[in-house]
Amino acid sequence: MRKLLVFIFLAVIMVALVATVLEMPTFGEPGNPTNNEVSERYIEKSIEETGALNVIASIITDYRAFDTLGEATVLFVAIAAALSTIKAHSH
Amino acid sequence: MEDIIVRYISRMLVPFVQLYGLYVILHGHLSPGGGFSGGAVVASSMILYALAFNLAEGTKKLSHDASSVLESGGALIFAGMGLFAILLGTNFLGNRVAGFPLGTPGNLFSSGAIMVITAGVGIKVASTMITLFYTLIEGEGHGHD
Repeated sequence: MRKLLVFIFLAVIMVALVATVLEMPTFGEPGNPTNNEVSERYIEKSIEETGALNVIASIITDYRAFDTLGEATVLFVAIAAALSTIKAHSH
Repeated sequence: MEDIIVRYISRMLVPFVQLYGLYVILHGHLSPGGGFSGGAVVASSMILYALAFNLAEGTKKLSHDASSVLESGGALIFAGMGLFAILLGTNFLGNRVAGFPLGTPGNLFSSGAIMVITAGVGIKVASTMITLFYTLIEGEGHGHD
C-alpha cells in the first residue's frame, strides 16, 4: 500500500516535469527570453567595468559574486556534514 | 608504499605541480582557470606526497589541524572582502563602486577584489580536499586495528 502511494506521488511529479519541459522554447533560438540585453552588456562592458580579461571570471566573482559565495558555503557545509558523520562512525 | 622509484619521482614532481596550481589560481582573471580548478591542482600535489610516502610524513608537512583552519579561513576571506566593501561605504561585494584600484587590463595586479576572492576560493578548495583525504585515510587505519 505504501509503495503504491509512493509510486503515484512520483508519477504525478514526473507528469508535471514533462509538461513543463514540453512548453519550453527551442534551445538557442534568437528570440528566447534568455537572449536579452544582460549578456550583451556583460560582454561589451566587462573590461572597462572590472578590468579582468577573463569574462567568465569577472562574471562569477564580480557581477554575480553573491552566487559564488553561496556555492562556497554549500561546499563548506557538505564537507562539514560528511566529516562529522565519518568521525562519529569510526570512534 | 616503499618503492624507491615512486618516492624519488614524486619528490621531484611535487614543487612543479604546486607551481602550476599557484599559476592557475593567481592568473584567474587573465587566463582560463580560477579558484576552483587551481585549488584542486594544489590539493593533488599534497595527496601525491601523502600517497608516495606514508601518512605520517604527509601530516608533518601539513597537519590535520592546519588544513581544517585553512578551510574555514578561505570562506572567511570571501565574506570579509564583502564586508570590507560595506565598511568603505558602498554595496556588499562591490568592486569598482567601492573604490578598489582596477589597474590596466592585462597586468597581474589588476581588477581589485577579483584577485583576493579567487585566492580565497583556491585556498578553501585545496584545504577541503586535503582534509577529506586525511580523514578518510585515518579512518581506514583505525578500522583495520
